[in-house]
Amino acid sequence: MNEVPLNHVLFVSTALFFIGMYGLFTRRNMITMLMSVELILNSVNINFVAFNKYLYPDKLDGVFFAIFIITIAAAEAAVAIAIIINLYRSHHSIDVKDAEEMRF
Amino acid sequence: MSNYAYVVLIPLLPLASFFLLGLFGRKYFKTSAGPIATAILLVSTVLSFYVAYEYYFVDGKADGIYRQIVALKHTWLEFYPGISIDMNIILDPISIMMIVVVSFISLMVHVFSLGYMKGEERFSTYYCFLSLFTFSMLGLVLSGNILQIYIFWELVGVSSYLLIGFYFEKPSAVAASKKAFIVTRLADLGFLIGILILAFHAETLDFATLIQRLTTPSPQLVSITTASFLGISFLTWGLTLVFIGGAGKSAMFPLHIWLPDAMEGPTPVSALIHAATMVVAGVYLIARLFPIFAISGHAALSVVRYVGVFSAFLAAIIACTQTDIKRVLAYSTMSQIGFMMFALGVAGFGNEEGLGYTGSMFHLFTHAFFKSLLFLCAGAVIHMVHSNEMHDMGGLRKFMPVTHISFLIACLAISGIPPLSGFFSKEEILLAAFNSHMAVYIIGLLTSGLTAFYMFRLYFSVFWNKDTMPHNGNEGTLTMKVPLIILSVATVLAGFVPFSTLVTWDGNPLQSHISILFSIAPVGLAILGILLAAVLYKSANERPAKIASALGGLYQAAYSKFYIDEIYIFVTRKIIFNLIGRPAAWIDRNIIDAFMNLLAAVTAKISERVRGLQSGKIQNYTLYFFAGIVGLAVIFIYMRK
Repeated sequence: MNEVPLNHVLFVSTALFFIGMYGLFTRRNMITMLMSVELILNSVNINFVAFNKYLYPDKLDGVFFAIFIITIAAAEAAVAIAIIINLYRSHHSIDVKDAEEMRF
Repeated sequence: MSNYAYVVLIPLLPLASFFLLGLFGRKYFKTSAGPIATAILLVSTVLSFYVAYEYYFVDGKADGIYRQIVALKHTWLEFYPGISIDMNIILDPISIMMIVVVSFISLMVHVFSLGYMKGEERFSTYYCFLSLFTFSMLGLVLSGNILQIYIFWELVGVSSYLLIGFYFEKPSAVAASKKAFIVTRLADLGFLIGILILAFHAETLDFATLIQRLTTPSPQLVSITTASFLGISFLTWGLTLVFIGGAGKSAMFPLHIWLPDAMEGPTPVSALIHAATMVVAGVYLIARLFPIFAISGHAALSVVRYVGVFSAFLAAIIACTQTDIKRVLAYSTMSQIGFMMFALGVAGFGNEEGLGYTGSMFHLFTHAFFKSLLFLCAGAVIHMVHSNEMHDMGGLRKFMPVTHISFLIACLAISGIPPLSGFFSKEEILLAAFNSHMAVYIIGLLTSGLTAFYMFRLYFSVFWNKDTMPHNGNEGTLTMKVPLIILSVATVLAGFVPFSTLVTWDGNPLQSHISILFSIAPVGLAILGILLAAVLYKSANERPAKIASALGGLYQAAYSKFYIDEIYIFVTRKIIFNLIGRPAAWIDRNIIDAFMNLLAAVTAKISERVRGLQSGKIQNYTLYFFAGIVGLAVIFIYMRK
């Protein structure tokens, strides 16, 4: 079976990163923003796993990092959703445009 | 030699009563404040007399010379080895003489005030201030360190300020207290600079060491006499500046302007502070540093001499024209302090020449008694007539016999009529002047004649002249009469104290011999002055007014105190305000303030721009965050190459 070349994988992760970035900057809905952040994190995960596999196939450091990031992403999602719920309780909306009073 | 450590109680007891009355007086001792303060002070006074007895008659002498005893030595602040502010207590003939005078007069004033200030709203505050003053003055005279004396010097200044402004609801009293404070502060600036000059060159602040270094050939003396500024050596500068401080406190020309106004305070206060004790602090200071003046500072000593004699004469002339009873006494005080000053000024190094020094201290001693007596009598008169003006008084001898007799005794004493105390001290001063400076002697003689004239002018106008009906018929309470009687006795007897064997500048007894012939001129002039005053003022007549109009401009000038106040106002308002004040204000507003405003405006502008960053939009923040990361990444990549 033909191996997928490294730069293809990198291409996918880069695309994923910038899609996430784009979503983070343009979307106002906090749930969507959270999803965009997850995309970014996963693009990083792909990078870690890919580099681990192609550069140091006999080591597992990259994989461990990926697992670590997934754990953190889960914790982060919990915190973020808590924030979203609180925002909804206070502003009756999860649109960040409606919560702009913390300004000069 | 006995232990003198208990001397520390003499100043500390009034301090204790100051704290007691200051903290709890208004609440708990509203009426008992007076007796409490008086009782505490009585203990101090008894102790002072006991110390004086021990020192003068039991064990003050070593080999026939009065030595200086350090009763307490406590180093308070040490700047570096040798230069320190100590809290010392030194006992020598003049400091002991002063504590006796201060505590005794203060006690008399405390007792007198029991009647005089009765029913005052701020009775306890009054006694609290009096205690503060007594503490500071006792501390001042016992000081053994020049910066220590400066601290107490300011403390008496503050208590004087508080007491002059005691009736603070009267605008004139407020103005007077402010004037006294500012004028004396200005003089104290000179004092401070003088202290710094002396201390810098002599490398010590301790009186004994200072005097020892600046009177014997030492490297310090060479350094201070060779260094000069504007052609005058630093020794002369230092001593003259110290004298300016003394002149401010002692109301010497031209810094005397605060003293007549200070009469706005309660009269017993004038008796204590502005007649007997605080105003002689300047004389005391010069006496304390006298060896330096006499041995190495001749130039500064001549400043003391001429300022003293000029002030004595000027004040005597002004006193002849004033109509406010307390102002006459104030100018008379100034004149008598002038006597003490020029007595120091004519004194010199050596046993025989030291007569001026002894005379000055002797006059300080006797003057304290008869001048405070005069002021207390004036207080009794004012208490009865409710006016300070001599026009409102007259014929009072019938209503207040005790006051009348006391006043007469004090007037005779100040005029120098034998055998009252003023005679002896004035005679010593005049003899000292006669022996060394003829011109000073002649002016002094004239001044003593004038003294007799204006004092009896006052006496006859108040107690004889026309008949007036006083407001209330009684002469005042017993507590007002007793001090008058005690002080009268003191005035009569003080002259017989063998002063010249007790107080001399080097501790050696001085043989004073006043020949009868020498006394003829001053006593004759005094009697002439009294007779003249009797002719003019004994009964109401037109003669004084005629003489006044005949003298015309001169009388007017003297009545207006030679326009010295106006000159001060002119100099401050017109010259200093216009030439210094206004440009300084302009610079302050247009340059210093403008610079600050510019800084503020620039900051405001920048923050106006910057605050846009705090938009509240989460996505903006994210953008900054990523921009920052990208920026950092670029920098790190660039740096790795």
